[in-house]
Amino acid sequence: MVSSILASAEFIHRFHFAFTVTYHYLFPQLTMGLALLIVILKTAALKRGDENLHKAARFWGKIFGINFAMGVVTGIPMEFQFGTNWADFSEAAGGVIGQTLAMEGTFAFFLESTFLGLFLFGERLLGPRGHWVAAFLVFLGSWLSAYFIIATNAWMQHPVGYTLAPDGTIQLASFSALLLNPWIFWQYVHTLLGSVLTASIVMASIGAFYLITGKHETYGRTFLRLGVGIGVAAAFLVAFPAGDHQAKMVAKHQPETFAGMEGVFDTEAGAGLVLVGQPDMEKLRLDNPIQVPRMLSFLTYFSWNAEVKGLKDFPRENWPDNVPLLYYSYHIMVGLGTIFIGVLGIATLLLRGGRLFRMRGMLWVLMLLLPFPYIANTTGWMTAELGRQPWVIYGLMRTSEGYSKVVSEGNALFSLIGFMGIYTVLSILFLFLVLREIQHGPEPAGRAPAGSSEGHS
Amino acid sequence: METLWFCLVAFMIAMYFVLDGFDLGAGVLHLFAARTEEERRIVLRTVGPVWDGNEVWLLAGGGVLYLAFPTLYAAGFSGFYLPLMVVLWLLILRAIAIEFRNHVNSRAWIPFWDVIFACASTLLIIFFGAALGNVVRGVPLDESARFFEPLWTSFLPEGNTGILDWYTVLTGLTALFTLTVHGAAWIALKTEGDLQARARNLGKGAWWGMLLLAVAVSFFSFRVQPHIPDRVMAEPWIFLFPALALIGLFGIRVAHGKANDRSAFLFSCLFIISMLLTAVLSLYPMVLPAVTDPANSLTVENAATSSYALTTALKWWIPGMVLVGFYFFYTYRKFAGKVRLEEEGY
Repeated sequence: MVSSILASAEFIHRFHFAFTVTYHYLFPQLTMGLALLIVILKTAALKRGDENLHKAARFWGKIFGINFAMGVVTGIPMEFQFGTNWADFSEAAGGVIGQTLAMEGTFAFFLESTFLGLFLFGERLLGPRGHWVAAFLVFLGSWLSAYFIIATNAWMQHPVGYTLAPDGTIQLASFSALLLNPWIFWQYVHTLLGSVLTASIVMASIGAFYLITGKHETYGRTFLRLGVGIGVAAAFLVAFPAGDHQAKMVAKHQPETFAGMEGVFDTEAGAGLVLVGQPDMEKLRLDNPIQVPRMLSFLTYFSWNAEVKGLKDFPRENWPDNVPLLYYSYHIMVGLGTIFIGVLGIATLLLRGGRLFRMRGMLWVLMLLLPFPYIANTTGWMTAELGRQPWVIYGLMRTSEGYSKVVSEGNALFSLIGFMGIYTVLSILFLFLVLREIQHGPEPAGRAPAGSSEGHS
Repeated sequence: METLWFCLVAFMIAMYFVLDGFDLGAGVLHLFAARTEEERRIVLRTVGPVWDGNEVWLLAGGGVLYLAFPTLYAAGFSGFYLPLMVVLWLLILRAIAIEFRNHVNSRAWIPFWDVIFACASTLLIIFFGAALGNVVRGVPLDESARFFEPLWTSFLPEGNTGILDWYTVLTGLTALFTLTVHGAAWIALKTEGDLQARARNLGKGAWWGMLLLAVAVSFFSFRVQPHIPDRVMAEPWIFLFPALALIGLFGIRVAHGKANDRSAFLFSCLFIISMLLTAVLSLYPMVLPAVTDPANSLTVENAATSSYALTTALKWWIPGMVLVGFYFFYTYRKFAGKVRLEEEGY
């Protein structure tokens, strides 16, 4: 007898994937954006022949290398888990999403791993231009990888191009429909801009740290200029048009999800936009709401009086199974996104004439901003994944049908605990190494210059 | 079309064992062949720029397996749940050891990662070999194409089997010695001096173990998996592959005698590929035999996805592999030759 939800196999399998994928995505969200910033740094360094910019690129190359290694090792379990923990889902859907996952391996992973080796080991071997090409191909590989993963997720959110076979499996009917799923475009743009935002804020934050502590100040200013400059563009674009379109897509294709994340229980013409409030799942209403009247209708349908369907108008068994968590995830993401626009907007204005570099208060704000893009990206993905529930493939297969029935909760818990232990150790090592690199900075005092025996294995 | 994809998956797995095989084998020998800090850096340097790309063959091969044979992927991965989780942890630890070792120059740091690298490499090979043994022996598949194996039961390869029994332990050890010889050839090929001499000697010694175990495994495989004798009698051309394996096996020996590291390495590649092909071809058309009721076995037919998906995938797989061939050719050319520390780049 299963006595509690916490001991059910379904819950542990879900938590297993949620935990490992959340941890994994801490790293790619930095490296995808950082790859772009490194290409920008290296391009500027080549054009201006500026040795400091080369050193800056090398410094971020080291941070990139550590993060990339973490991303690779925590990424391998993701592909395995489709089979180990989600066998019934995989058997049913492998004929479709096997395409995108296998393409990721073939087209993205080989490209990334080959040129990462050359990027990290081969600066002398390749010369400045060859090294730029290696950096660019690593960037291309990681953005390509994101495309295949988003295409896979988009299919689970909005399945297209399939037929149902008599044996209950889902078969591919149109390869082009799978790769050109209308869900992909805005989700891809939204996700990648989120990643650029993380990398920009991390760069600006470390720049601010150098100015506050009075170390590596030339580099600190470069990092702030680039981080704030790219960051402010990403912060605007991730919200509009990308986030806006994504929300409209959810409203159109997953109306229960939309009602859940916005916290709308009752169908209403001219629905208000909820800023704050706590979902009450007993009484099915929002407690202590603060709303902007009619705003939700306007934002979603461009009409102040448009009707927004509430949760109560959908069958309860199709509601996202954790409405409060979905609602909070979405609101945290949106709230943080708004804060990023504000802070980075002000910082951009202050960049003129370099006033930002002298304003300690603003430097502190930028430095302390570091963890928040990670939280925003994580809660964004939580919105997508919790919002799709109770489906693993929206409208086609319920999550309760997808997990490996042969793997008992005891066995799943065993590996979950194992991952938690290993990831704790990894976190400590990771922080230790990254903080050391930041401490050393782009021009380490008393250390052998880059290019001697010190450095990457 | 299903048979073609069976061959393509086999090709990718063979590539994985040949390529990641040498850096796993180098890991096994890391503590024995390389004694000084300088030598250990050199060993790591020989695998440093390539191990990640080699490991991608496992991921890409897994992806293609998922695409072409989703039922096999689902059954195999959930059924081998526990060993696969251990494999994942070992892959994580090993990669971290290679990547993080040289970041801190301390006696409380470097030796720790050397040991992790060596142990994780050794255990991974044993697990991969045992996994292959499980596939050959068969697993207790039920009517819905599912099974779940504990790590061990009675250590007997029949009835309620476990991942480890005397047969799969044997295949695990065979893999260990095979890849040790392979890794030794790689290290000898890429290094000079004492390190090279030690690697050659270790390779020579491990060859005897490999010979003994390979003979034992070949003999017992016929007894453990009754499908094999029937199959090879019906299709005698399969004997071509064990014959090639024999050429590989004794070719290594001859190359060892002449201290020709390059041909030792190439013969070792031949041996690994031929052994693997012998195994999968003598199981065909089964991809995962059932020890319970032969009717429950997974075959290329009942485990494959639709022929539309397979045909479509072929259209991108071929250009994809051409690109991959180009990447590997380019990388191995760039990092060709002996590894010397003073040449170390950034």
